[in-house]
Amino acid sequence: MLDRTVYVDNAATTKLDEAVLKDMLPYFTEIYGNPSSLHSTGVEALKVLTKAREDIAEALNCEAKEIYFTSGGTEADNWAVRGAAYARMKKGKHIITSAIEHHAVHHPLKILEKEGFEVTYLPVYENGIVRVEDVKRLIRDDTILVTIMLANNEIGTIQPIKEIAEITREKGILLHTDAVQAVGQIPVDIKDLNVDLMSFTAHKLYGPKGIGALFIRNGVVINRFMEGGAQERNRRAGTENIAGAVGFASAVKRAVASLEENSAKLTKMRDRLIKTVLTTIPYTRLNGDAEKRLPGNANFSIEYIEGESILLMLDLNKISASSGSACTSGSLDPSHVLLALGLSHEVAHGSLRISLGHNNTEEDIDYILEVLPKITKTLRNMSPLWEKVEKREN
Amino acid sequence: MGKGRKEGKLMYSNKVMDHFSNPRNVGELADANAVGEVGNAKCGDIMKMYLKIENDVIVDVKFKTFGCGAAVATSSMATELIKGKTVKEAMELTNSAVVEALDGLPPAKIHCSVLAEEAIKSALADYYKKQGIDPVPIVGCSGCCQDCHGHHE
Repeated sequence: MLDRTVYVDNAATTKLDEAVLKDMLPYFTEIYGNPSSLHSTGVEALKVLTKAREDIAEALNCEAKEIYFTSGGTEADNWAVRGAAYARMKKGKHIITSAIEHHAVHHPLKILEKEGFEVTYLPVYENGIVRVEDVKRLIRDDTILVTIMLANNEIGTIQPIKEIAEITREKGILLHTDAVQAVGQIPVDIKDLNVDLMSFTAHKLYGPKGIGALFIRNGVVINRFMEGGAQERNRRAGTENIAGAVGFASAVKRAVASLEENSAKLTKMRDRLIKTVLTTIPYTRLNGDAEKRLPGNANFSIEYIEGESILLMLDLNKISASSGSACTSGSLDPSHVLLALGLSHEVAHGSLRISLGHNNTEEDIDYILEVLPKITKTLRNMSPLWEKVEKREN
Repeated sequence: MGKGRKEGKLMYSNKVMDHFSNPRNVGELADANAVGEVGNAKCGDIMKMYLKIENDVIVDVKFKTFGCGAAVATSSMATELIKGKTVKEAMELTNSAVVEALDGLPPAKIHCSVLAEEAIKSALADYYKKQGIDPVPIVGCSGCCQDCHGHHE
């Protein structure tokens, strides 16, 4: 066994980059002013905040005044969905989304449905990707918002947002994309994507937790999400997280600068992992499109065993991974994302997500490939379902 | 499992993790004279119990489980609790006793202990059936049918 933990749950969160931490530290104790204060201590903090906003905007190709800081991706998603719906409800109450959005989008949509909005959930088919023609076909006269993620958090599939934007822009419908998993992993050029609203967060790209952002395109009006002071140009109240904003900007800049190199490294490791798992462990499948997926994402269904048991066994072997298993969430239903791919409940229960990050090495992959088959064998030997497979095959 | 897991979301006790990582009585019993299976793959849990009963005493017991850590641990603990016991004593095993023996389970995992109790009762029902005795008045609903499993949800 390795004497260290192999962390392959980077889609959940990443390790704060030490250089990012170093950039943040002065803003806890040295430059600690409130940017809303008029005195020089406050003005100093405002300058730092402005610079952080400019840096993020530059890295993602938008204007600084289009970036609004939030507490993270969930707040940004909630704000985008609810803010856009309420701002446009006089024009219509129909919203289009995909069946595989994060709960940060689905849950506010459920609330809106209770309030009289109508939501259409697009299918994603076996490859986990929405079809542009479905969006086009399902748009109605009363459609006010389309919200589809740029990359999925579980299966890593990348959605055709730029193509969808061409349709929504032509029809005058707002387009929001949850880019929480995408920024720092794949090239994200906001102007090129042509979206109206985009959520993203720092802790998925080696930045701090507790700071995210919503891009709101110039001229787009959505309702306020937080009531209180006049911060964030009167659109999101609350004293700004200066150290967080500095860390966010530092992390985004670093992630974008090293994106090509990291992407190539992760893709190589991911492909070796996928190929070896699929060829050495029988009854396994890759969930989501093989090509149009995040460089670090590998999501498997390992049939006849259950996801939480796989995770616990991996953890006992010092491997931190994730699962879309029902048992990890306290519900008996497996992940809505895996079910949306058309997987049966039985197969969806045995899912394993390995999300690689730039700290992972080929040695980590070797170790996973050494441990996973053993775990699979142990759990299958314990499984009454596997017993039936063996009897059928013998 | 160490302290980290106890502080984590699932908060499994050390005993649960011990029974999960070193499950007792795993496997099949070729000479079992009572076999019971409960659960539903759709819900993510299936437990199969094999008992060898001689002179009304459970002399051997094995299990196979498809499920989460709690499902494996409750199966393992339940087999330990009935091994060497009389059929009557095994009939009295409750899910609460399994939970207690494991030093507790997270609320979302209590259904696993219910399933362990039902798996044993299902095997005992099979034992009675093989003797030409209607098990329902003795065992009650053993949870062996798909309909009954609904109440775990």
